[in-house]
Amino acid sequence: MRLPIDTFLLDNGLRVTLSEDHTAPLVAVNLWYHVGSANERLDRTGFAHLFEHMLFQGSANVAANEHFELIQRAGGTLNGSTWLERTNYYQTVPSNQLELALWLEADRMARLVAAMTQEKLDTQRDVVKNERRWSVDNQPYGTWWEKLPALAFPPEHPFHHSLIGSMEHLNAATLEDVAEFFETYYTPDNAVLTIVGDVDTAEARRLVTQHFGSIPRGRGRPPLPEMGLPSVFGDWRREVVADDVMVPRLFLAMRAPVLASDDYYPASVAGAILGMGRGSRLHRRLVREQQLATSVSAFTFDLAKGSDLLIVDATARPGIAGGSLETAVGDHLDRLHADGVSTQEVTRAVALIVTDLVTSLQSAQSRADKLSQFATFFDDPTLVNRQLEAFQRVTVDDVNRIARARMGRDNRVSLLYVPREETGGEGQSSSGVAQLETVR
Amino acid sequence: MTDGSRPPAGPPRPYAFPSIEREVLSNGLTVLVVPMRRLPVATALLMSDAGAECDPISHAGVAALTVNAMTEGTRRHDAAALAEAFEQLGGSLDTGNSWAHAEVSTTVLTAHLPSALGLLAEVMCEPSFPEGEIGRLREERMAELLQQRTEPRGLADDMFARFAFASNSRYALAEGGDERTVVGVTRDVIVAHHARFVVPTRSALIVAGDVDPATIMQQAETAFGRWIGDAGVTPDIAVDAAHSTRQVHVVGKPDSPQSELRVGHLSVPRTHPDYHALSIMNAILGGLFNSRMNLNLRETHAYTYGAFSRFDWRRRASSFETSTAVQSDVTAAAVREILVEIDRMRGETVRPAELSLAVDYLTGVFPIRFETTAAIADALVMRESYGLPADYFDSYRDRVAAVTAADVLRVAHEHLDPSRLQVVAVGDPDLARAELEALNIGPVQQYDASGMRTS
Repeated sequence: MRLPIDTFLLDNGLRVTLSEDHTAPLVAVNLWYHVGSANERLDRTGFAHLFEHMLFQGSANVAANEHFELIQRAGGTLNGSTWLERTNYYQTVPSNQLELALWLEADRMARLVAAMTQEKLDTQRDVVKNERRWSVDNQPYGTWWEKLPALAFPPEHPFHHSLIGSMEHLNAATLEDVAEFFETYYTPDNAVLTIVGDVDTAEARRLVTQHFGSIPRGRGRPPLPEMGLPSVFGDWRREVVADDVMVPRLFLAMRAPVLASDDYYPASVAGAILGMGRGSRLHRRLVREQQLATSVSAFTFDLAKGSDLLIVDATARPGIAGGSLETAVGDHLDRLHADGVSTQEVTRAVALIVTDLVTSLQSAQSRADKLSQFATFFDDPTLVNRQLEAFQRVTVDDVNRIARARMGRDNRVSLLYVPREETGGEGQSSSGVAQLETVR
Repeated sequence: MTDGSRPPAGPPRPYAFPSIEREVLSNGLTVLVVPMRRLPVATALLMSDAGAECDPISHAGVAALTVNAMTEGTRRHDAAALAEAFEQLGGSLDTGNSWAHAEVSTTVLTAHLPSALGLLAEVMCEPSFPEGEIGRLREERMAELLQQRTEPRGLADDMFARFAFASNSRYALAEGGDERTVVGVTRDVIVAHHARFVVPTRSALIVAGDVDPATIMQQAETAFGRWIGDAGVTPDIAVDAAHSTRQVHVVGKPDSPQSELRVGHLSVPRTHPDYHALSIMNAILGGLFNSRMNLNLRETHAYTYGAFSRFDWRRRASSFETSTAVQSDVTAAAVREILVEIDRMRGETVRPAELSLAVDYLTGVFPIRFETTAAIADALVMRESYGLPADYFDSYRDRVAAVTAADVLRVAHEHLDPSRLQVVAVGDPDLARAELEALNIGPVQQYDASGMRTS
């Protein structure tokens, strides 16, 4: 089960990946810019994401929101998303509409700034502020998205600050910022284009060259500050947040190996043993046996530089104190750290991961997104064809080595949400102000 | 070289919905197989006509609890062993339910499919329903209901249902039931529900993936052939509206930075002949990104991150519903714009460009909706749930393309009724209430987050 992969490089530095598949008459066009919230100025948090919104506000030959209109009229789907290390824009269209999608992406890569106005910026700023209210401020536990990275990465680290951004910084964004960010990061040499589906490779290559070939190369991407971090936190740092919630919920993070590194595979298997599926350790123990939690899962951010995070997310049953839940999760991690895992646990976890991987290759867009991911971070989209084997090779010893190295008490931060009235019992102030403390 | 001219589309390439093999086993179980040969995976799904519509109102939530309880052990495997057995095959045992149906499913590499079918048969035909696990699931539903008091989206949805459907309708309560009904869903109630509704003649096995239909038919016979059970009869459901006049319902959540809005009313069943015209009408009103509702509330006024409308389709009666979350201080202004758009939809013919956008989108996107084995299985669940014809997917695009601007105006006029709209706002009552009263669109009632009327 190998995906066919062709790659080529335009003179302006745009890296292109093609993967033909004629099962259905559709094609996925997926463009990654190697820029995310990590690249923002610290007085402009949220800007990378606000900028993503501006990319749908038109370019020299496209009116505001016309990108949506043209793709949907063509019978396609589209969206964009911003993450810590990248921003992606993607559409799936009937295969006879490939050129339309390429033209739209090329027009905004080449000629965005001409279409930018103060009014558009002000409108999207307000839309994004409402996105923040909707996803963070008016959702129970919604602030975990910014509190956990703030706790897990040092203040000067590019992953420390808020992806959605503060209201103050969103207010401060100007049209000059838009122009500067565009010139710095939205250049062909800082982008990866992937086309998957019902296309002829030679024809796709011709169209890509025609539409993107004349866009000038950028000035080069400014270097990020040092991203490297020790493999463990060095202690167990806790933050308790008294909030408008009915039951406690714990987010416990460990520093974890970065995406596609040698240790990434056994660490992912360890994560699946802990918290993937109803047969996982934490589900069996916390939900079914001890009945301290109503749900529990473990996942990573899939970060490619510096350090990733393996996060356990557990919601307490009503009546269970947040502290009891945190202690129990800690105990199960201690056990994994000290005693390791069984062969049966590894085979279960690998089987689930393998099914997920193969299933995720079913849609052209999700295949394209994976190819773009490996092309952007490692300049090698063919890594996608080596993932299955890398997981299938993982042994009990590999997992135990990672558990010893990464799952001890010296590698934890926990963010514990508790109902406001529970704070007295947790020994916290009742002001609702978050506190930092360290336990060993 | 790029320039200002839009590239024309190439010649369209044909697409056909995958062919479906259908057989009915001697015990009445329908088997549907859809070969999809690109990757070595398959989705196996068992559905029964055993959704929330089968719940007695006094035990609302039994359908949802039953399908969850089915995964908590069989005569041969206890709950932990069952989860382990599925996951050793690489498949998770998933459950789901709607108003119309209940389902259990898994997706595995094709090599593991025969074993997965055997396990699914145990789950369907011989669940053990352990008392302890049922108690835990009931507690988990109670926890969900408790959490909803601070979760504005779910709260708004549940409150809207209560104001759209009469209190003696099953549809007025959430599919999962509420605190008063779930408490009475004992093991006996679950066993009885399973015996009446999860039976071969009310069920279908759907397999989509890299499989040979003849082989699957044999495996289905082996796994399910001995399953028997007498089918019960689905209870009647009252399909009246809760209110015959327009009313405003403020659900107080003090200090909310946004108001979650729902605006809508009772509507016709999914099988109504106007279904396709209503789909096009809704796409133009609030279904697409470039719909009137979203362009007005998001792109013109920046009140929200998104505004949408939809029909929440059901078999006996559906609801039409607009949803958005807006900054608290524009709650009334946003409601006014929603009412303006509904009036405009009923008052004037849509522009040709609006009609063609909706038609071209819905017909063009059709193949993109069916790329995965799970998506094909879901499509068949939908077809079976509503008893749609065998050629439903083959003729879908023609029926959408046949909708005219006159049809859109007619269905908007017939099926949207501004005088019956129920307006729900979950938000800061201090900000929302006075403004909504000043809007003068109907009487305003206020509730707390547990649904109790406060004024």
